[in-house]
Amino acid sequence: MEKREFISKGPSETWEIGELIGKKAKPGEMYGLYGELGSGKTQLVKGMAKGIGVKDWFYVTSPTFAIMNVYEGKMGLCHVDLYRVQSQEVEDLDLEAFLKDGIVVIEWAERTDWEGDMIRVDIEVTGEEERKITVTRL
Amino acid sequence: MIILGIDTSCDDTSIAVLDGYNRVLSDIVSSQVEVHALFGGVVPEIASRKHLELIGGIYREALQKAGVSDRDIDLITVTNGPGLIGSLLIGLSFAKGLALSLSKPIIGVNHIEAHAMSIFAERYVDFPYIALVVSGGHTVIMVMEDFCRSTILGTTRDDAAGEAFDKISKYLNIGYPGGKVIEDMAKKGKRDAIAFPRPMITEDNYDFSFSGLKTSFLNYDRRYGVKEEEIPDLLASFQESICDVLVSKTIKAAKRSNIKRIVVGGGVAANGRLREMFFEKGGENGLEVIFPSHRLCGDNGIMVAVTGYFYFQKGFVSPIDMKAYSRITLTG
Repeated sequence: MEKREFISKGPSETWEIGELIGKKAKPGEMYGLYGELGSGKTQLVKGMAKGIGVKDWFYVTSPTFAIMNVYEGKMGLCHVDLYRVQSQEVEDLDLEAFLKDGIVVIEWAERTDWEGDMIRVDIEVTGEEERKITVTRL
Repeated sequence: MIILGIDTSCDDTSIAVLDGYNRVLSDIVSSQVEVHALFGGVVPEIASRKHLELIGGIYREALQKAGVSDRDIDLITVTNGPGLIGSLLIGLSFAKGLALSLSKPIIGVNHIEAHAMSIFAERYVDFPYIALVVSGGHTVIMVMEDFCRSTILGTTRDDAAGEAFDKISKYLNIGYPGGKVIEDMAKKGKRDAIAFPRPMITEDNYDFSFSGLKTSFLNYDRRYGVKEEEIPDLLASFQESICDVLVSKTIKAAKRSNIKRIVVGGGVAANGRLREMFFEKGGENGLEVIFPSHRLCGDNGIMVAVTGYFYFQKGFVSPIDMKAYSRITLTG
């Protein structure tokens, strides 16, 4: 198990941390994001998009309503939000199809029963702006 | 000319039948009570499976209410983006099947542009105008230069305005739908009770950011703890901040572009405080602000048919192999 910890002092630092994670990402990886409302999950994905070379990474937006947004950089980035989704519906999203040429990042990952490998990213609210971000690879 | 309009871009399966661009013959949306009755009360939540189960029945219902048969349809219009691909594909594939079997033209419509054009079902608007499309999934300012010609000026960089309303109402556990509940509770509160930030209001662009505002609200709770009796004040102040940013930036877009009219569309356009503030500030700035009636604010098939009609008039027809797309691209 490999664990990395980062401290972010605000949204722009969360982007930078996301960028580092994105630069190391490889096609086929599934990332599960865990963190309460307003912890910065979408901000982290914005940074990850920059890291994998998505041109308009600045416009990576919350997928809460769309449920899934797909971006194209050096590889695909499938950004999923299970906030509004019932767990039995997750299979309808056919996430495996996106892993062939890219990564899948899931917000509110606690709602999936995904059984494959998952890189776990915990975002902990440690202050009004400060967050502790922990990346765990099994 | 009988036009079929289909939208399956998000949660609702919507089909409308129009005669020309402004005569609505029928308008069925899956969240309507009658549809629940039609399917025995239980309608599965979200996801494309729901659209698949509903679309056939809603199509038949729409034709029946309109008093037309399949053969009467002259034009098929359908949302092909932006939205959830799996859901869009249900509407798009259904529309393609109809187009092929009936040998009728098909037009793919952009969901955001459709919200910006929905007003034409009720009244004519002279071009150019600035459109603000604001809903649970979108917050977009665009210039509508003419029929079939529009440019996006700005959009949200994180959460949509309607999403901010929904997430805060869910956080406070005060009920659903969030926008309506907040609007009602905010009526009893003071709009200037708490000075929430106005994100990006002074920045020299037409983009929005509502994620930080949501965090400000959460931080207020962490710092002081939200007491039951101050919820109306908090919500009134929160709503005021969102409306202020939406109105200010849209008016700025109109003034800078030297355009005299603003049309607001999308689910959040039903918000009473937003309407009030738009009319007030629009008036101060010599701008005409136009809102469609509430029925046209939420997702519907009417706006798709209206938009598709004007494309057809300009000679556009979509290829039968057109694709669904998940989002609008703003750069490169």
